[in-house]
Amino acid sequence: MLVPCTGRVEEILVLKAFESGADGVMVVGCMEGDCHYLVGNIQARRRVARVADILEKIGIGGQRVRMYNLSAGEGVNFAAFANEMTEHVRGLGPSPINVVRKGPKK
Amino acid sequence: MIVGNAKPIEEVLSMIEPFDKLIVAGCNGCVTVCRAGGEKEVQILASALRLAREAQGRPVEIREVTLERQCDPEYVELMRPYVGDYQAVVSIACGAGVQFLAEHFSKTPLLPGINTGFIGVTEKQGEWSERCQACGDCVLHLTGGICPVTRCSKSLFHGPCGGSVEGHCEIDKEVPCGWQLIIDRLKALGRLDLYEKLRPMKSWKTSRDGGPRRIVREDLI
Repeated sequence: MLVPCTGRVEEILVLKAFESGADGVMVVGCMEGDCHYLVGNIQARRRVARVADILEKIGIGGQRVRMYNLSAGEGVNFAAFANEMTEHVRGLGPSPINVVRKGPKK
Repeated sequence: MIVGNAKPIEEVLSMIEPFDKLIVAGCNGCVTVCRAGGEKEVQILASALRLAREAQGRPVEIREVTLERQCDPEYVELMRPYVGDYQAVVSIACGAGVQFLAEHFSKTPLLPGINTGFIGVTEKQGEWSERCQACGDCVLHLTGGICPVTRCSKSLFHGPCGGSVEGHCEIDKEVPCGWQLIIDRLKALGRLDLYEKLRPMKSWKTSRDGGPRRIVREDLI
C-alpha cells in the first residue's frame, strides 16, 4: 500500500490489514530526521508501537507489526528488510485470525 | 475540556463478553480533542474488539458511530432508529455522555469505554492537566487566574500550608504549590492586596456537597 508519507499511516490502517487477513505488517518510512513533512515517520513509529501494544493485548501478537526506516534510494536495503520481515512473520506462523478462519485441521 | 483516557482493552473485552452485536459510540466533543473517544478512537477500538473476538472464535458485529455530542438530546436521539437492533453500546464519551445514552435508551446496556479524568487543558500533545473542579462559585478574579480549589492539593482558600517547600507541594515535588503560583501571579500583577484582604469562608453549597447540581436558565426556556 502506497502513502505519500508514513505520517498518513494511522493505527486503523494497520489494524484493518490484520482484519483483512494479514499475518504481519511492515511500515517502511524515510530515515528519521529526513522526513519531508518533518515528523511523519516519527508519528508513524509511535502509531506502530501503539498498534503493537494493542495486538499484544488482544492475543494477535505485537511482533506482527514492525517499522523500518530507509531512504528512497536504498532498493537493496528495502529488499533485505522485506525478506527479513517475511522470514520473521513465517517464523511467527499464521495470525490467530487466519487460524480461526481456516478452521480445524482435517 | 473534559479529559478522559481509554480503559484497558482487556477491561472492555471483559465488559462485552456476553454480547455479539454492539455499537461503539464516540463523541466529537472534548474526548475527540484529548484523543480518547473521537471517530478515530471508535475505529481503533472497534477493530481491536473485532480482532480479539474473532481470534477467540466468537466474532462480534460492531456498528461504529460518532455523535456530534453525546451530552445533547438532539444528537443522542439520532441513534434511536437503530439502537434497538444491538445488544449493547460501548460509549467512549465522558461519563456524562455514557449516562445520557443510558437515560435515553433504557433497554440497552451502556458500557463505558473510557475513564473520565477531569476538566483540564492541553499542556502539550499527549499531556493534559486539571484546572477546574466545577465548585460552582468562581474566585479566579481574586486569585490571579489560578484556582485554589484545583491547584492547591488541599483546596485551601487562605494561603499555603506548611507543606509548601520551595514552591512545591508536599504531595509530590513535581507538583507546584497552588498558593505559591497564586502569590507569584498576584505579585506580577501588582495585586497582592487581593491576597492580604480577609475574606469570609468559602461556601461550598454550590459544589458537590449539595448533591447533583442543575442549572436552569429561565431566559432560555
